[in-house]
Amino acid sequence: MTTDTLASANGGAGTVLPAPILQTQKLSKQFPGVLALDQVDFELRAGEVHVLFGENGAGKSTLIQILAGVHRPTEGRVLFRGQPVELQGVHQARTLGISAVFQEFSLVPTLTVEENLFLGAELTRHGWLDKAALHRRAGDILKQLGFPLRPQQRVQNLSRAEQQMVEIAKAFRTDLSVLILDEPTASLTDREAQRLFAMVEQAKKRGVGVVYITHRMSEIRHIGDRITVLRDGKRVATLEVAEVDDERLLQLMTGRVISQVFPKIAYRPGRQLLKISELTTADRSVKDFSLELRAGEVVGLAGLVGCGKSEVGRACFGVERVVSGRIMFDGQDVTGKPVREMLNRGVFYLPPDRREEGLVMMRSVRENVSLPWLALFSRFGILDRGGERSKVRELARRLNLQPPNTERDLERFSGGNQQKVLLAKGLVTTLKLFILDEPTVGVDVGTRVAIYEFIRDLCEGGAGVLLISSDLPEILHLTNRTYVMYRGEVRAELEGEQITQDRVLANFFERTA
Amino acid sequence: MYRWLIFTVPLQRLFVRIGVLPFLLVIALIVFTALSRRFLTSDNLLTVARQATYLAIVAMGQMLALLTGGFDLSVGKIVAITSVITALAMAPLAAAHPDATAITLTLGILAGIGAGTMVGVVNGVGVAVFNVSPFMMTLGTATISFGIALTLTSGVPVYGIPDAFGTIFSFGRIFDVPSPVYITAGLFVAMHILLNWTRMGRYFYAVGGNIKASHLSGISTRFYLFMAYVLCGALASIAGVLLTARLETGEANIGASMPLDSIAACVIGGVSLRGGIGRLGNVVLGAIFIGLIQNGMDLAQIQSYLQEVVIGVLLILAVIADQFRQFVMLRLKD
Repeated sequence: MTTDTLASANGGAGTVLPAPILQTQKLSKQFPGVLALDQVDFELRAGEVHVLFGENGAGKSTLIQILAGVHRPTEGRVLFRGQPVELQGVHQARTLGISAVFQEFSLVPTLTVEENLFLGAELTRHGWLDKAALHRRAGDILKQLGFPLRPQQRVQNLSRAEQQMVEIAKAFRTDLSVLILDEPTASLTDREAQRLFAMVEQAKKRGVGVVYITHRMSEIRHIGDRITVLRDGKRVATLEVAEVDDERLLQLMTGRVISQVFPKIAYRPGRQLLKISELTTADRSVKDFSLELRAGEVVGLAGLVGCGKSEVGRACFGVERVVSGRIMFDGQDVTGKPVREMLNRGVFYLPPDRREEGLVMMRSVRENVSLPWLALFSRFGILDRGGERSKVRELARRLNLQPPNTERDLERFSGGNQQKVLLAKGLVTTLKLFILDEPTVGVDVGTRVAIYEFIRDLCEGGAGVLLISSDLPEILHLTNRTYVMYRGEVRAELEGEQITQDRVLANFFERTA
Repeated sequence: MYRWLIFTVPLQRLFVRIGVLPFLLVIALIVFTALSRRFLTSDNLLTVARQATYLAIVAMGQMLALLTGGFDLSVGKIVAITSVITALAMAPLAAAHPDATAITLTLGILAGIGAGTMVGVVNGVGVAVFNVSPFMMTLGTATISFGIALTLTSGVPVYGIPDAFGTIFSFGRIFDVPSPVYITAGLFVAMHILLNWTRMGRYFYAVGGNIKASHLSGISTRFYLFMAYVLCGALASIAGVLLTARLETGEANIGASMPLDSIAACVIGGVSLRGGIGRLGNVVLGAIFIGLIQNGMDLAQIQSYLQEVVIGVLLILAVIADQFRQFVMLRLKD
C-alpha cells in the first residue's frame, strides 16, 4: 500500500524510478493545542502530480505550508533534491523553485498584473526599476502559459479565476521545480479548469513535481498520478491513482465506512414551509430561481463555488437584496424582510465562514450563543444572566462542547467546537427552518458526524433543512431532494434515487455542446 | 523575542488575567511615594481623584466608541463646546433673573449637554449611516465644534456664571469627598449596568467584535454604532459641564489633550483598538493612573512639557505590554 513497497517492487524489476525532488521525513507540526501534522513521510517525484487528499483539518494545508516555507516544522525534516533544507520563508522556497498557489491569494489588488508578478523581485538597472524589462518578461510568462491577461491590468479589476492565473503565473516567474496548488479549480469555470490542467501537464513534461490538493474525485482521476491520504495529521496511505476507487478513498479519508458517517433520516414530509418563486437578486447571482421545501425535509442546494447557492440562502434570511420574485415562508410573503424578523419567524441561517460572519471570536461561548436571542433573556430591559448561562450550558452539554467551559472565548476552541457553538445559536429557541450553508467546513470527522446527527434530529423533529453544500457526499447521503445550480439558475432538480454523484456533477459544470 | 523576560508561571497567569495596569499602578505608587513625601496622603489622593474624574468620564465614553471598533477624536472639542454653550446660556439668565439660580443652572447644563451630545449625534450619523471612517468623521466634527466655540466666544472666556454652579459641581464636598467624584461614581454605576446588564451593552461588544456576525444575529448594527457615538458625546459633555464648574468660566480652549488621554486611559486599561474587548473598571483605573502620574510628576516638580513625553512613552509601553500579554497567553495555552 505504501510507496516504499511499491518502489522496492519496481526497483527489483529493474525500472529506475525518478528520484524524489521533494521529500519529508517524520514531519510534525505542533500548533497551540493541536498537533496538525504527526510524523508525516511524503515524497514528490519530478514530473508527477501528487494529490493530497483528506478532510478539512486533516493537515493538508499545514503540510503544503511547510513545503512552501510559510511554517517551520516542529519536528522532522524536508529534503530538496536529496539535501536537507531549512525553509525560512516563502521567498527562500521560491528561490529554490518551490512555489505555492494558495486559496487565499497573495496579490496586491491596487497593483497591476506585472507589478504583482514581480513583487519582491523587481527587475532593476543601477538601482532603478526597469519597467520595460518587467513589462516584457511579464508578457512572456503570460504568453507562455496561454493566459488571456494583459500585464497592465489592475488586479482588482480581474475575476477570481483571472486572479488565480496571476498567482499561478507568479509561480512560473522563477525556474520552477515544485508547484503546489491548493484547490485551484474551486473558483474556475470548466473551460478555465481545462486550461489549468493543460498547464499542469505542460509543467509535468518539464519535470516539475506538482502537489495538488483537491476534493474532487473526477479531478484526481483526470490529472493525478499518485495520491496521499491524510487524516488527523497522519499519513494514512499513499496509492497509485489508477489502483483506487472512490469508495475506498472516502473510507480512507474519513476512517469509517460511509454508513457510519451519514445517519439515516426518516423521510416524513409535512406542510409546505418555504416556497421561492422566480427569485432574482440585485447582484444577479441568482436568476429566476424557484424552490420548494416542506417541513421534515432535507433539501440540498449543490453547485460550484459562486454558482449562487449561498445567495439563495441569504436572500431567504433577508441578507441578500431581492429585485424580483417572491419568498413565501409558512404561508406568508417574507420577501425582503430583515434578519431580525426572519429570526423571529423561526428561520435560522448558518453562514459558511464562521470567523468571518458567524462568531464574535474574542467573546465567550455564552455571549455568542445567546446573541440573536437576548430579548428572550431580558426582563424590563435588564438581562437575566442566570437564565442565559443555564440555557447555554444546557446546549453545550447537548452538543458535547469540548472543553465544556461556556465562559471561554471562542478564539480558544478548535474549529469543530467553534462550529458547534455556531449551531447552538440556532437551538436556543424552537425554530422551523434551518438554512445551513456549508455546515461542515473545516471540522474533523467526529464533529461532522455530530452535525449530521443534529440535522437528523432537527428534521425528524419536524423542522425543514436547506442544506447548501459543496461537499458532494453530504448532498448524496443526506438530502431528500436536491437542486443543482449553475451560474445562478437551477440546472436540475433531483429526487431520492436520482441523487447520484454522476447526475449531480454533470450539472456542476458548463455543458460542452 | 521575549526570552530575556523570564516570568514564573503563577506571575504569568496573574499577568494574563489582570493585565499590565495593576502592575503599573503599583510601580507608580512606589516611585512617587519615594520621590515626594506629600504624595501618599489622603489629601493628595483626594485631589488625584477629583482631577481624574473629568478624564474618567470622557474615557468611559471613549470606551464605547473603541468597543464598537472605532474611536472618537472629537471628545476634547465636545468638552470645549459644552463649556462655551453652558456658560453662554447661564450668563444672561443669571443676569436677568438673579434669584432663579436653580432654573439657570438646569437650563445651562441642559443646553451644554444638548450641544455636546449633538456633536455625538452627528458623529454617529456619519459613522453609522454614511460609513465615514471614525477617524475622518470625528476629526471633522472636532474642527467644526472648535470653530463654532471660537466663533461664539471670539476666543475669550465667558464670564457671568452663578457662583452656585462652581460651589455645587466642583468645590462642594460630602464627607470630605469632592462632588465630581460622586457624579463620576454615579456615571460609573450607570455605565456598568449598561455594559453588563443590558442588551445595548452586549451589542456594543458584539458589533465591535464582528459586525457581520452581529448583523446575521438580527442586531441593528447601524443603530448601535450610532448610539455608541451619541453616548460618547453625552459623557464628554457631562465632563465639559463639570470642568466649566471647576473653571467658573466658559472656555473654548479646554480639553485639547482629552482625545489622546482618553484613548490612552482605555488602552492602558486593556480596551482593544480593534473593538469587542474592554472592561469598564479597568478604563476608570486607566484614567486614575494617568491622573496619578500627572499628579506625582507635579509633586516631583517635573515640568509639564516633559510630562507629555512620559505619558506618550507610557502609552506605547502599555500597548507593547499588551502584545506581550497575548504572547504569554498563547504560550500558557500549550
